[in-house]
Amino acid sequence: MAILKCPICGGDVNVEDDALAGELVEHECGAQLEVVRQNGKLSLRLAEQIGEDWGE
Amino acid sequence: MRIGILYDMPRWEEKNLIEEAKKMGHEPIPVYTKDIVFFSDDKKVEPEADFFIQRNVSHNRALITSFIMEQFGYPTINDHITLFRCENKIITTYILSRHSINTPRTFITFNKNIALEFSKKIGYPLVIKPVEGSWGRMVAKADNLDTLYSYLEYQEFTTQKYKDIYYIQEFVNKPNRDIRIFVIGDEAPVGIYRVNEHNWRTNTALGAKAYPLKIDEELRELALKVREVIGGFFLGIDIFEDRDRGYLVDEVNGVPEYKNTVKVNNFNVSQFLLKKIIEWVKR
Repeated sequence: MAILKCPICGGDVNVEDDALAGELVEHECGAQLEVVRQNGKLSLRLAEQIGEDWGE
Repeated sequence: MRIGILYDMPRWEEKNLIEEAKKMGHEPIPVYTKDIVFFSDDKKVEPEADFFIQRNVSHNRALITSFIMEQFGYPTINDHITLFRCENKIITTYILSRHSINTPRTFITFNKNIALEFSKKIGYPLVIKPVEGSWGRMVAKADNLDTLYSYLEYQEFTTQKYKDIYYIQEFVNKPNRDIRIFVIGDEAPVGIYRVNEHNWRTNTALGAKAYPLKIDEELRELALKVREVIGGFFLGIDIFEDRDRGYLVDEVNGVPEYKNTVKVNNFNVSQFLLKKIIEWVKR
């Protein structure tokens, strides 16, 4: 389990080590976050809002 | 085999594909497309795979990444032409209609006043839909001219890509359900009824419940005919049951979700899809 920082409130967020890039994480501060995986390192960013072109 | 899975948000379906590919002894390669870069003079794409399955939730990312993988010679399910035909409701409706596949009666126009005038020919209530969109988002029923006028005006002042195109369709007085049937390769093996007791829109994203679909010969043939004219390998086809006209094809989805279908039918869609693609690629 990796402990990452919420980019909104700075609080700790637990994320599985094998989380996929783009995985959504709800933080207790209310932020919806997505996992970023860059050069093997995990971090979080604010999740993208639902787009007009999203769907099936 | 190395199985590329193009995705931008890992939902149940993408994770299930990864899991099933591993169980079958293959190597799944999840490709997160949101941070990807393609150069025009690239000689190959990284990572390489034997084929790619398109699973982007964003239509734009799906269309472009399928197109690019095809340019590099990779079999891609679904290909960009199929996605182009599915993602734009005008294109889907008119292709189906021109091939004598019944759809709800629809007209399009680029002029709000003409939309109001010609709506009389469809009759009220009627339905206005965004040209591109999913999960029932912004699909609205107008019971009279006054309501339609308001909807058209709202559309005019949104930032929708197709805000100047009015897609207007008859309201089909269907039972409290519609049909979602899946085409996988050359078969139509599974589907669901989507039942909503509280909302005329029967998208599961809006709370409709899934029940196993009884696939009769007529439905199977219709699904395969849709595939013949739209193309593609993996489609989720939405069908209404009209009391007088029988089956009407409403929409075709090029990156269909199937979590609820698997759950109520106890049918392993991911495994079936992978087997069918591998058979096709090996041919």
